[in-house]
Amino acid sequence: MSNSISVKDIIAKKAAGELFDGAVVNLGIGLPELVASYIPEDVEVILQSENGILGMTELEGEPAEDHSCFNAGGKCVSYKAGSMLFDSVTSFMFIRGGHIDIAILGALQVDQTGSLASHEIPGKFIPGMGGAMDLAAGAKKLIVATSHTQKGKAKLLEKITFPATAVNCVDTIITELCIIDIIDERFVVREMSADISKEELQELTGAPLVFNS
Amino acid sequence: MRSKLTAYEEIVKRVKDGMQIMIGGFLADGSPELLIDAVIESGAKNLTIIGNDTGVPGRGIARLIDTDQVDKVIASHVGLNPKTTQRSIEGSLDLQLVAQGTLAEQIRCAGAGLGGALTPTGLGTEVAAGKRIIEVQGKSYLLEEPLRADLALLKSSISDEFGNSFYEGTCKNFNIVMAYAADLVMVECDHLVDIGEMNPNLVETSGILVDHLIKGAKCE
Repeated sequence: MSNSISVKDIIAKKAAGELFDGAVVNLGIGLPELVASYIPEDVEVILQSENGILGMTELEGEPAEDHSCFNAGGKCVSYKAGSMLFDSVTSFMFIRGGHIDIAILGALQVDQTGSLASHEIPGKFIPGMGGAMDLAAGAKKLIVATSHTQKGKAKLLEKITFPATAVNCVDTIITELCIIDIIDERFVVREMSADISKEELQELTGAPLVFNS
Repeated sequence: MRSKLTAYEEIVKRVKDGMQIMIGGFLADGSPELLIDAVIESGAKNLTIIGNDTGVPGRGIARLIDTDQVDKVIASHVGLNPKTTQRSIEGSLDLQLVAQGTLAEQIRCAGAGLGGALTPTGLGTEVAAGKRIIEVQGKSYLLEEPLRADLALLKSSISDEFGNSFYEGTCKNFNIVMAYAADLVMVECDHLVDIGEMNPNLVETSGILVDHLIKGAKCE
């Protein structure tokens, strides 16, 4: 268990490194939520949560009994000076309307064409897409933060096999092993862990990797 | 202006078999628990529930999924209530998943008298199956049709007796838009004030949209 937590933290920390000062950012439920804990001190981002906040922060201290501010994962949060609270229609005007700079989402599978599967394993796991489809359609940059494999099976593929949450929309994939940019429908490795060889990384990936160095 | 305050027993009587019911809230934050009690107590069957999600175990819409009253759910995310997925896989629940922004726009269209929304969300996915694709200014969009309900159950932070309502923090979510899109609108409030005591600048749902008002558990 402690091992899997540390993998998630490695991914979250790397993903936080992709954020730039002043960016408006939406973090998906689950692993991407952890990214908020690793944002560098000299980078100020404005976190949007689709349930109705711009300017979300982690909650300081215990929530009051009548606490009424939560993130999209249902966790108690707070908001900083200069924030806005709004309803779901307005929230998706921000999201679909192109006003979010970076969305970070989790994945079941992602492929070299930039297609993402994150909301359904037919007949087994049906959490639903929540805001992910709209974020994929509207965010200026889409980053997928995911473990590189699931129980030894590749999650980074030539073609996703689970139902698509969105097609041709992922820009960057961050795993515990590497950072991949999707360029011209190819996985281009920008950075990789020192603990692994190119051959080993390729072995764990379901589509050809391009190494620039 | 007439008071909309309604006795709990009267609320229970208005829930009927086969109703399509919208319920506000996001993971049960901003969900009307007392109005959900009323639906359970009514014993109404063959219900369709429309909401962002199906709550979390023991709270919000989850309490209705635990009964046999609900046949169909239209929602965007049900991952935090395992019972919904379980019932869907078993075949005892018709689960229709909709992208969250699309769900909000479908409800808004119904409430705003519009014939549908054109959205890029879902293009190229199974969500697009059977839907018209319309090109506007060189871009493709899916036509998503309006979504109405027989009954909307909402939860406010403050209401006056006429039904003018305000929603604190992240409890606005689907509550605001749903008030426009149902034939019968019921609001459960945390705090009740007299007509005239609410600052019109803060009113997010007009009392003209509200048919029935009930005091929630937090009201004294």
